[in-house]
Amino acid sequence: MLKINGQDVNAAGKTLESYIAEAGFNKVRIAVERNGEIVPKSKYGETVLADGDCVEVVNFVGGG
Amino acid sequence: MSAGDTPLPSREQILAALVQKQGADAVEKLQKATIAVCGLGGLGSNIAISLARAGVGRLILIDFDTVDITNLHRQQYKMNQVGIPKAEALLQNLEEIAPYVQYEVHQVKVTAENAVSLLQEADVICEAFDKADAKAMLVDTVLEKLPQKYLVAASGMASYDSGNAILTRRITDKFYLCGDGKNDVDEVVGLVAPRVMLCAAHQALTAIRLVLGLD
Repeated sequence: MLKINGQDVNAAGKTLESYIAEAGFNKVRIAVERNGEIVPKSKYGETVLADGDCVEVVNFVGGG
Repeated sequence: MSAGDTPLPSREQILAALVQKQGADAVEKLQKATIAVCGLGGLGSNIAISLARAGVGRLILIDFDTVDITNLHRQQYKMNQVGIPKAEALLQNLEEIAPYVQYEVHQVKVTAENAVSLLQEADVICEAFDKADAKAMLVDTVLEKLPQKYLVAASGMASYDSGNAILTRRITDKFYLCGDGKNDVDEVVGLVAPRVMLCAAHQALTAIRLVLGLD
């Protein structure tokens, strides 16, 4: 089990890329923080989620 | 000369006034700081004016766009500036408000390719774009290529919801996010000056706090 945006999620073993797609996030509108570090978009495919990870998907909305 | 035919305050007088209101230690740190503002719309024009008034030593101001009539309700431009580049218009206004700040303006679109050269001299970078994908691009680029910089981004300031929903959150050591996190300008009605200014004020205050070492 790991935490994503404060919720317990059973996603250990999945890549960040596949979690993002399954959860319905628009990849060009997000930034992902994992255990205190930003994961660059180029690394989503090789980043494997593990038990105990704490992830925040920051979903940007428009306006400024 | 000013409108009343009295001379403008000198740099020394302005610094003394800043010290009186903000404290000598803070003014010294702010004078040494360089802060970049990416996007000079509702967020960026308000952030830049706050930081210039506070006595930040150097501001790097970047926007590719021109002032539009639909900007005037929330952005710090004047009717006679419609049609001119925002970078140029804001510089004119800032030179009247706070002429002793060092300004560096760029009329370009920030991209993943030019971000490093535009932003490498900044201590703190404020993301103040309007498009969500541009926001995400800048956050990704800065945190990957300029990981030693502080980044203060914004997401969610549209709608007539309570201003109390606008917050500053620390996402990582170097990355702060201001806004309500929710109200997308394309999905809700209302992009109103005070709510945009609240978000800009959160960003400007966070940038000042970071310069002062109050993370």
